[in-house]
Amino acid sequence: MRQLRLVWVYPDLLSTYGDRGNVLVLERRARLRGLPVEIVEVNSDKPVPRDGHIYLMGGGEDLPQTLAARRLLADGGLLAAAGNGAVIFAVCAGYQMLGMEFGGADDAPVQGLGLLDMRSSRGERRAVGEIVADVDPGLNVGKLTGFENHQGVTRLGPNARPLARTTLGTGNGDGTEGAYNGRVLGTYLHGPALVRNPNLADLLLYWAAGPLPPLPPQAEELANRLRAERLSAVTAASQ
Amino acid sequence: MDDNTLQRFRLPMRARVATTIGGAAATVSRLAGKGDGSVIGGIIGLRLAPDLLSLLAAGRQVILVTGTNGKTTTTKLITAALAPLGGEIASNIYGANMEAGLTSALSRAPDARVAVLETDEKYIPAMVKATSPKVVVLLNLSRDQMDRAAEIWLLARRWREALGNAPDCHVVANADDPLVAWAASSAHKVTWVAAGQRWREDSWCCPHCGAHLQRDGDDWSCRECGHRRPPVSWLLYDNEVVDPTGRATRLDLVLPGRANRSNAVIALAVAEAFGVHIMQALRELRQVTSVVGRYTQVNRRGCDIRLLLAKNPAGWLEALDVMAPAPTPILLSVNAQGPDGRDTSWLWDVDFRRLRGRHVLVGGERKLDLAVRLEADEVPFKLVSNIDEAVDAALTVAPSLEVLANYTAFQQYRVALGRVQ
Repeated sequence: MRQLRLVWVYPDLLSTYGDRGNVLVLERRARLRGLPVEIVEVNSDKPVPRDGHIYLMGGGEDLPQTLAARRLLADGGLLAAAGNGAVIFAVCAGYQMLGMEFGGADDAPVQGLGLLDMRSSRGERRAVGEIVADVDPGLNVGKLTGFENHQGVTRLGPNARPLARTTLGTGNGDGTEGAYNGRVLGTYLHGPALVRNPNLADLLLYWAAGPLPPLPPQAEELANRLRAERLSAVTAASQ
Repeated sequence: MDDNTLQRFRLPMRARVATTIGGAAATVSRLAGKGDGSVIGGIIGLRLAPDLLSLLAAGRQVILVTGTNGKTTTTKLITAALAPLGGEIASNIYGANMEAGLTSALSRAPDARVAVLETDEKYIPAMVKATSPKVVVLLNLSRDQMDRAAEIWLLARRWREALGNAPDCHVVANADDPLVAWAASSAHKVTWVAAGQRWREDSWCCPHCGAHLQRDGDDWSCRECGHRRPPVSWLLYDNEVVDPTGRATRLDLVLPGRANRSNAVIALAVAEAFGVHIMQALRELRQVTSVVGRYTQVNRRGCDIRLLLAKNPAGWLEALDVMAPAPTPILLSVNAQGPDGRDTSWLWDVDFRRLRGRHVLVGGERKLDLAVRLEADEVPFKLVSNIDEAVDAALTVAPSLEVLANYTAFQQYRVALGRVQ
């Protein structure tokens, strides 16, 4: 690969809280390894390109989420890219949209993109706070650490695997957190989820670009310190 | 017996008892050094008389001021602009902006005929009902502490419903913010102010129908449903205000920055609704030099420190605009306690690249979150543990320091520097 094409899908509708962080983390970790990056931000009035390597989808309120799902289905670009094997990473509202359906305003079911075998609806109460979860050992990512802020409950079907099992927080609502199938992966960790989970960022890069050299340790130091600080802060608080 | 005394006498006995006991508690709180004493009195009073706020607001001309950013400053500016009316003005200047804070502000000033009350965004529907305001000021709406605040499209819808049901209320609103304009357009009487909008990341889409908005400079419109920027009667243009007669006047404030000029124009529009002439009001606005420690200059060991408070991406964007030029170092500081929002994700919405080449210091309880953010934007920095370490570091470069902090981080520095006003 000569250049990694990162497509940020609908920042005008799906960028509630620091979602740009995921773009910046992937860009930095690719560039530090000598892989040039092109970032394409696609607003909801433009067609989604089909030739991206990684597609990112952020969070959003109920109405924007419903509008975004409708437009993505009508546009077809993202579905075509997924069919060609592109990597898709979605958080929060974007994650729910990857499924067969999700709860829109007033919890009326809205058709999702159908890229993951799962259904979401509105839960009893809002899940707000730090979340920690053990990622599927097959993915070799370790623990997830992040912040969740949603009222969704997600049930996975037989063709989607849980991304992780929660040890703190709510996630999908049944002890699992997130989902993946092939190169399509989503999580309830909201906003800049990759900042505190560099291994997850590297997994997405690996899926898109194949094996990459390790980063020099000093380039990882701050992110690892932050990750350790957050993990120990929530462990201390929950004891 | 004058009218004011009459009004106080009309307060039912239980309201009088409630305000007396509440006032005593506030005094104790202040004396004990527990804070500015601006909430505890209201909490106790409301427990004794749940409708105390309505009782206290009756017969007064109430102005509610809300929006994501600029509430405290605009409340202070409006209070200043109305000074030519004479007489006491009730206000919750310490930023206690929920029901207890409003109640406490009114009970502390029983004789004030006019009240300027900063109001939390979520509480606008309830406070409009409780205080029957003469004027409601809507400044702006953007993402803010979403772990505890409502989503902003939802907030705008609630404002819209509340104002549609308040026929006697005069709304003064920023026409340049599409969400605010949509919320205000249900009101029976609106004064539209072109107060500008620096942060646009929350208003690319039409709040009415969701289509991507067409934007051209400050103008905006929706091609799908026809919702568009309303015609304005007040306009901020650089350092000048254009009033409804079309005359341009220089603002020349002491308070720095575009955001404060925007707040000032809103204050002038409110003053006009009270019959205060723009030149009289403007003279008062120019006297305002700080707002509860914000923009205050203090000297610590030969270092001139200026304190700026901002709590969310839109606020940080405006604050970074007013930073003194190099070589003055900049201390950025972030906490994530309850009042700050426990989630630091918002740091990723702030573009820090403009700080490249500056001397940047990083502090606060969540300094590592900020450090990783700056690293991604390739901004070099130094970590510091407290204000004195920051001053030491600053003095090696320049005899001055700009401090930008979010809520509790700001309060910690303010206390360390002697509770500056």
